[in-house]
Order: sequence, then C-alpha cells, then structure tokens
Amino acid sequence: MKKNNVKSGAIHRAWDFFTSMKLTVTVLLCLAATSVVGTLIPQNEAPTFYFHQYGKFFYRLLMATGLDNMYHSWWFQLLMLLLFVNIIACSVHRLSSMWKVIFNKSPRVNPERFRKLENRIEIEVNERLDSLQKPYTDIISKRFRRHASEKTDKGFYIYGEKWRLSRLGVYVVHASVLVLLIGALIGSLLGFDGFVNIPEGKSVDQIMLRKTQKTLPLGFAIRCDDFDVTFYETGAPKEYRSKLSIIRNEKVLLTRDIIVNRPLRFGGVNIFQASYGEVPGEKHVAGDLASKKIRLNIVDRHTGKTITQELSMGGTAALPEGSGFFLIKEFKESADFRGQEIGEAFLGLLMEKGKDPVEVLLPLRYPNFDKMRGGHHVFSLENIDDLLVSENKEPVYYTGLQITRDPGVWVVYSGFILMLIGFGVTFFMSHQQVFVEVTPSGKKCRVMLAGISNKNTIGMERKLKKLSAAL
Amino acid sequence: MNSSLLLSITTFIYGLSAVLYLISWVFKKKGPGRAAFFSLALGALLNAGGIVLRWVESYQLGIGHAPLSNLYESLVFFSLTIAVFYIFIEWRYQNPTIGVFASPLSFLSMAYASLSPNISDHIQPLIPALKSNWLIAHVVTCFLGYSALAIAFGISIMYLFKLTERGQKYRMLQSFPDSRSLDELNHQMVMVGFLFLTAGIITGAVWANSAWGSYWSWDPKETWSLITWFIYAAVLHARMMRGWHGRRIAWLCIFGFFAVLFTYFGVNLLPGLHSYGQ
Repeated sequence: MKKNNVKSGAIHRAWDFFTSMKLTVTVLLCLAATSVVGTLIPQNEAPTFYFHQYGKFFYRLLMATGLDNMYHSWWFQLLMLLLFVNIIACSVHRLSSMWKVIFNKSPRVNPERFRKLENRIEIEVNERLDSLQKPYTDIISKRFRRHASEKTDKGFYIYGEKWRLSRLGVYVVHASVLVLLIGALIGSLLGFDGFVNIPEGKSVDQIMLRKTQKTLPLGFAIRCDDFDVTFYETGAPKEYRSKLSIIRNEKVLLTRDIIVNRPLRFGGVNIFQASYGEVPGEKHVAGDLASKKIRLNIVDRHTGKTITQELSMGGTAALPEGSGFFLIKEFKESADFRGQEIGEAFLGLLMEKGKDPVEVLLPLRYPNFDKMRGGHHVFSLENIDDLLVSENKEPVYYTGLQITRDPGVWVVYSGFILMLIGFGVTFFMSHQQVFVEVTPSGKKCRVMLAGISNKNTIGMERKLKKLSAAL
Repeated sequence: MNSSLLLSITTFIYGLSAVLYLISWVFKKKGPGRAAFFSLALGALLNAGGIVLRWVESYQLGIGHAPLSNLYESLVFFSLTIAVFYIFIEWRYQNPTIGVFASPLSFLSMAYASLSPNISDHIQPLIPALKSNWLIAHVVTCFLGYSALAIAFGISIMYLFKLTERGQKYRMLQSFPDSRSLDELNHQMVMVGFLFLTAGIITGAVWANSAWGSYWSWDPKETWSLITWFIYAAVLHARMMRGWHGRRIAWLCIFGFFAVLFTYFGVNLLPGLHSYGQ
C-alpha cells in the first residue's frame, strides 16, 4: 500500500513537472539561448576547419559537445523532445478540465457570478419593465449567437454568449507545433538532401548527400544540356538557367529549363538551381610518380626551423638532429581520413627514436594537413604543383544542383496553416459572456450589465460600455 | 520630384512629429499633440507615396520590382509600418503620450536609411534568388511583425517608467495610460507582432523551399528569427505564470526587441543566405 503511494507520488510529480508553465518558459528560453551559439560557430564544417580555427582544446570540446552540428546534437534534440512532451502534457491537462466548459450543450447561467463582477455597469432607464424585455432581447440576440432570457423575483435577466469554441484555438496552435515537428521528423527520416555538379553535356545518376557525404543513386539520370548565366549592366547576376533532361533507361522523359525559384520536380525528387562554376582544367597526378622527386618540408613545431629533403617513392629522409627517419611508403589515389574522402595522398611512415612507427598522411589537396596531428615535426609537400598538373582547355561550365526529397513537406505546410489559423482564433477571438439584469426601481428601471471574457478583460470593459450606451 | 527626395522630406516630417509629441508631453499641451498626430499621418502618406514612386521608377529603369529588396528599402518600409500601427493605436486609445515612444522609432529608421553612408539608396536590379512572388509576402509580414514588436518595446519602456510612480505622483508620468492598460496594450502588440513574425517565418520557409529546396536550413537569419520567436513565445506563456505579469514581461519584451534588431541588422555580420540584406 505504502509502496503504491510512493509510486503514484512520483508519477504525480512527473506530471506536475511536465504540465508546468515554468517548464515551457524555461525550455523556450533555453532553446533561444542555445540556438545563439550555433549562429556564432560555423556549422557542419570539416574537422580540420575547427582545428585550425579554434585550436586543439576547443576542437576537442566542440567535437565532444556536438557544437559543430549543434541543431542535430542529442542535447538540442532533447530540448525539442521536452517541448514536445510539455506541449502534449499541458494540452491534455488543460483540455480535460476545459472540456465541460467548451462542449456543454446547455450551460446553466449563474446570475450570482455576474452580480459580483467588478466590471459591472449600472444605469437607470426611464421605461417600464415589460416594455424593455423585447428590445433588450433583440439587442443581445443580435450580438450573441447563444442567448437566454429568464424571469427573476422582481424583473428579468438576459444572458448572451458567443465564440465559446475559440477556447480551442490555443490547442490548435499547440497541435500545429506537434504537426511541424512530426513533419520535420518524417523529412529527416525518409527524405534526403544532396547536391551534384554536372558539367554541360554530361549526365549523372547519383548525387552526394550533404549530411553523410555518401553517394545516393537516383534511379534516373539528369543531363545538363546547357547552362547560362546572364548579368545586369552593373555586373550583378541576373539569371542562372540550366537546361536539364531527365533520362531513364536511355530514354529522355522530359526536358526543362530551371532557374532559381523555379525548380524541377520529378517523381518526388526536387531539383534546384543552386550554383555554377567553371570546370577547373582537371588536375591530374602528373605521370608516373615513381620517376618524380618529392620535396618534403620538415618543420620543427617548437623552433619553427624548416628543412627540406628530396626523396622518391620508397625513399627515406632523415629527421633533424638524428632523431629518426621518414619513409614514403605508398601513393593512394583516394585516401580517407576518419571516413572523410581527402583525395590523393602519400602515405608516409614516421619512425622516431624510442617511439613506435606512426603513419602520416600527406594529401595533395590539403597542404597543411599534418599540422593537425600535433607531432613534434610537421611534414608537408613542397612541390605539390609539380605533382598535380592542370590541363587547361576551353572553359567548360558546370551547373550546381541541389537535389532533395522531403515527403514531410506537406505535413509541415499543413502545420503552418494550422498554426496561423490557431493564432488568428487565439489572439483575436475570445469566449464572451454578458449578463443584463433589469429590476424595477420606482417608476424607472435599474439595468445592470456585466461580462466575462476568457482573455482581453479590458476589451470586455469597453464592450460593456458600448453595450450600455445601446440599451 | 523623385522618390529619394520624397523620402528625405518624410524623414524630416517624422522628426518634427517626434519633437511635437515630446513637447506635448513635457508641457502637457493638447495643441502640439494634435499637430504631432497630423504630421505623423502626413509623414506616413509621403512615406507610402515614396514607396509607390520608387516602385514606378524601378519599372522606368527596366528592372521593375517591389521596393522591398535591400536594407534601404526595408528600413523605409519599416518606418511606414511603425507609423501606421501607431496611428491606429492613437486613434483607438486617444493617448498621445504613447507617440513619444513610438514616433521616434519611425524617425530613427528613416534617418538611418537616408543618412547612413553605408546604405545605398540606388534602385538595384533583383538578383536571381529574390525573383519570386514570395518576396512581397515575406518582407511585408516580417516587417509588420517587427514594427508591432517595436511598438511593444516602446510601451514596455513606458510601463517600466509608470511603475516608478508608486504612490508619489510624478507630473510627467500622470498623463501616461495607467499601468494595467499599458500592460494590456503591450500584450496586444506582442500578439500581433508574434502572429506576423510567425507568418514571416512561414512565408520565408515556403520561399526557401521553392528556391533552395529546403524549408529550414539553420542559416543564421533563420535561426535568429526562431530565437526571437522562442523569446516572444516565452513572453506569451509567462503571462500565465504566477508573478510574471507586468515588470518581468516588460523586461522580456525589451530583451526580445534586441533579438528582433539582431535578426534584422546583426545577422548581416554573420555569413549566410540573407547576405543581400546588406
């Protein structure tokens, strides 16, 4: 028995926690505060970028906390989840107590409640009681959809009510936030976001995904028939236009021009004009590397002293002060560093006295790569331009396309519409109830007006003043 | 007469209006208050006229587009929306002291647009990304939101001043609306601002999806608009929390408006998709 109580106590506490407005406000402000950080630290850059920008300590800190991709980090998503749960809990909590008020078919009017209201207005009218009932009922029924008139001991009262369902507006807003989050989740689970560069005249059937840097086959091919960029007289770009053909099984299914703001949609896949560029005279590894000499720079990290050694494939270079050797082991067409493709690279073996041999990567496309290793000596290739040669031909343009698929987009859009409707109702409509009581006093009549509104109490006061003028 | 001249004149009329509101408040005179209202209304008319004229001029240059495409044009539109919102408030509440805190915002926005050497008032052709029907909807909703929140900022400052009254009556503060009305008006402006801010974010998201293929990409401007949204969402909820009426809400609104300003101006310091806003 006692155990049971403790358990239900804990559940109660959890429920109180999740239904508290304090949690809502705290989570919202936390989301705001943490989001700021993500706009100050560039997101989704390569690890090398952070290392060079922030140094070793902050590099480790960023990687450990996920601040390099913070909007997808576990703690940011946890805040979102907390908001999600909070919204559901609050809405269930409040709706369950509101339900009777909102869906009461025949609400009982409680005159005492209105008679005690502070906003009541009392006026005297120079008319007889029975000559007032009809016109007053008309006035109220014109302004309030639901109305009732009752006799009291001495006189009568008229009750008017409208826009009761507007109380549901806030739940519509909350539901819309949930719909948005669900739509975003569908998009991130079932959709993709990638890009591809297609040189004029070429076609591709797979794209590179932004998040994972993996390739994804499309199931059809996109051919860039033509790319054009036009400029204004000022030199600002006027239009980027790509003529694209969709090809499946060697059959051209359709051909269309796309420009920015006018994408091509095909089979649930959206193709956007994103960028363009000149195809660089493609760089190739120059001829037979075995015959090439490599010039290796060795920099002492502490003293900054640099020596340069010349060696060929399989050769070794002595480190300064006889502290060891560096061996060029092999050449890789496409090397890989922590899952990241880094292109052509030499793989060296560093043998320092009294230490185990260490493999060292010297990529041709990232000259300062070895700085990141943090070793005593920093190795780099001096004659990269000799090793990588460009073939300069006629400039060829490529079109940069953004390729996405997002089945959640219509869910998100319905969330948008729902949210705007919900705001309209919540902000500009309120559940209004008015009460007009007429009692005879001498030859005249005393008229008392009072009203309740679930929000905008000052608006209610203004409304009552207007109404009293009409009576 | 060209739009630049018309908008320069508007700047001075807004300035005049702000001064007249101040005079009317300090010396407790009705006359300058009426004059201030009419000059603000005249300023708004000229402001709107300037925008229309600039629109026409862009067509005459052969690069026709709505004048909502760069910082200069957005500032001009911002001051118009502030003025229009305020005119509505004064018409409804009949209290010119609010103008002391609202009309300078219109003036400052116009003055910044006209006088800052970093802001070009040339009519520029649209770059490809801006060539969309969403441009007008996005900019108009955003700036309606910004200006309502700007006025909420002004009212929050009035509210905090009003609270210092406490018992002893300061002559200057007596003419302010009572603190309850200010709090309520502040709430109304936050609701309107929040609604339009939401609509602005939504139109931006839909536009981004049709231009870049993604309705949300955590670009700094998007993120800052969301930060602002979170802050005002917190404001709206905090009103329902015990002890959070009044003073704290007012401070949160002031804080929120700085987030609006950063969303508007500060983000240009950070790299991202909205860099043409400079």
